[in-house]
Amino acid sequence: MWLRYLSRVSGQIGVFVAFFLAWEALVDIFKIKPVILPAPSVIFLTIGKHWAYLMQHTWPTFLAIGGGFLFAAIAGFIIAVGIAYSRWISELTYPFLVSAQVLPKIALAPLFLIWFGFGLTPKVVIAALIAFFPIVINTARGLQSVEVELIQYMRSLGAGWREIFFKISLPWSLPYVMASFKIAITLAVVGAVVGEFVASDRGLGYVISYANISLDTELMFAGIFVLSALGVLFFLAVVLFEWMVLSWQAAIETTPETM
Amino acid sequence: MLNRHQELQKAESVISVPNISINDLSVRYRTKGSALTALEHISLDIPRNSFVSIVGPSGCGKTTLLKVLSGVLRPSSGEVKFDSKSLAEADLSGKIGYVFQRPLLLPWRTAIENVVLTLEVAKKHLGREERLAEARKWLELVGLAGFEDRLPNELSGGMQQRVSLSRALAFRPPILMMDEPFAALDEITRETMQEELLRLWSITESSVIFITHSISEAVLLSERIVVMSARPGKVDEIIDVPFARPRGEELRGSAAFTELVQYIRHKLRESKPVGAN
Repeated sequence: MWLRYLSRVSGQIGVFVAFFLAWEALVDIFKIKPVILPAPSVIFLTIGKHWAYLMQHTWPTFLAIGGGFLFAAIAGFIIAVGIAYSRWISELTYPFLVSAQVLPKIALAPLFLIWFGFGLTPKVVIAALIAFFPIVINTARGLQSVEVELIQYMRSLGAGWREIFFKISLPWSLPYVMASFKIAITLAVVGAVVGEFVASDRGLGYVISYANISLDTELMFAGIFVLSALGVLFFLAVVLFEWMVLSWQAAIETTPETM
Repeated sequence: MLNRHQELQKAESVISVPNISINDLSVRYRTKGSALTALEHISLDIPRNSFVSIVGPSGCGKTTLLKVLSGVLRPSSGEVKFDSKSLAEADLSGKIGYVFQRPLLLPWRTAIENVVLTLEVAKKHLGREERLAEARKWLELVGLAGFEDRLPNELSGGMQQRVSLSRALAFRPPILMMDEPFAALDEITRETMQEELLRLWSITESSVIFITHSISEAVLLSERIVVMSARPGKVDEIIDVPFARPRGEELRGSAAFTELVQYIRHKLRESKPVGAN
C-alpha cells in the first residue's frame, strides 16, 4: 500500500523532472536566447535573486485568489440552496445564470476597474465572479440529487427541514460541492491574475506584465513559476479540505473489494 | 435469545398498534384532460399485529395504497381509519417504519450510524449511548454483529438490506411498511431474509404491510393476502392464509403451499386485461 503510493508519487515527480531536463537540453542545444526562452536553471536562479521582490508581490495575489474564492464559495452556496429548494428562484434565475456563464467574464475586468478602483477589490470581484458559476451549478445539482424517498422517510419519522438539510442533503451534496471547489480555485487564480494584468501596481500578474513590457523574460518566467506554485498550493489546500470533509469517500475508494 | 425476546416484548407492549381499516377508498389523478383512476373502491382491514401482503400486477396501485396509508397522498374519496381516528387525526410521524426495494442508506454513515440516525430523529429523548446500544442490539438481531462499523459500500446487497430492516425496526414503529424489500436480492439471500423477517416480526408485534411481486413470498409470510387487479386498481380477493406458525423450509415444499400459490397465480392471470402482456 505504502510502497505503491511512494512509487506513484516518485513517478509523478519524475515527469516534472523530465520536463525541465528536456527544456534545459533544448535551450542548450538550439542556443535559444534567454529573452525568447530562458532555461529552467536560469529561471530558478532568477527566482532566488528576486525572492524578496517576488514574495512581496505574492501576498496581494494570494489575497485576491483567496478572497475571490471565499466570496464565490459563500455566495455560490447560498444561491445554490435557493435554486435547489425554490422552484420559483430556480426558474427565475437559471436563464440569467446560463447567459452570464456564456459571457466571458474576463472581458468585464476593465469595467470593474472603473467601478472599484485600483486596489484589491476589483481583483477579488473578478476572481469571485469567474469562480462562482461552477459552485452554484454543481452545488444545486448535488442538493437536487438527494433521493426523494430518503427525504420522505426522514419526514415520516418527524424530522424538520433543518434536520433533513444538515443530516441528509448537505452531506449528500458535499462530493459535488468539493468537485466544484476544485474547479473554482483554479478559476479564481485566472481571475485574480487577469485583474492584475489589466491594471495594478502589485501582485504576480503585475510582475509578469511589467517584466513583459521591459523585455525581462527571465523575470517573467520567474513570476509565472511562482504563480503556478501558488495556484498548486491553493489547489492542494482544497484537496486537503475535501479529504477532511469526505474521509468516508476516501474509505470507499481504498476498499479493496466489496463482499 | 429468550431473555432478549421477553425484554423486547415488554418494551413493545407500551406501544399501541392500531387496527387499520380502509373503507371504500379511491384515488384518482387528474392529468391533462383525462382522469386516471389509480385505486377504486378499496375496502380492507389490517388487524393489529397482523402481516398483510399485497400482490398484484404492475400498475395496480400497490405503492399508491402505501402512500395513502402513510399520509403522503390524500385519497379522492373514502376513508382510512387508525382505530377510531381518521388519517388526519392520527399523528403518524414516527409510527411507521419503511423498508424499500433499495436499502437507501447514507453512504457516509457506518451501519450502526445509519440505524442511530433513525433514533436521533424518532427517539429524541434517548441519549447518545442509549441510541448506540439500541442500534447495536438491532444490528445483532438481523445478524450483523461485527459489521457495525462498516460503511454501506463495504457490505453486500443482502447485508445492506438487513441494515435497512434494522433501521426500520429500531425505533419500534407500530406499523412496518415494506415495498418489495427483497426484490433485488438473490434467491438464497431472499429466503433467509424472509425467515429472519418472520422471526423479527414475531418478537416485535408490529403490523406489517408488505408489497411484493412474489406470490410464494406472500404466501410464506402473510396471514392475509390482498390480491389486486390493475387499471383501475381494485381488490380482487382477500385470502386468509391458513398455515400455522412458525413457518419455514418444510412449508415451502408442502402441497398445500404450492396449491395456494397456484391459486393466486391463476387469479392474477385471470385479472389481467386482454391484450396486456
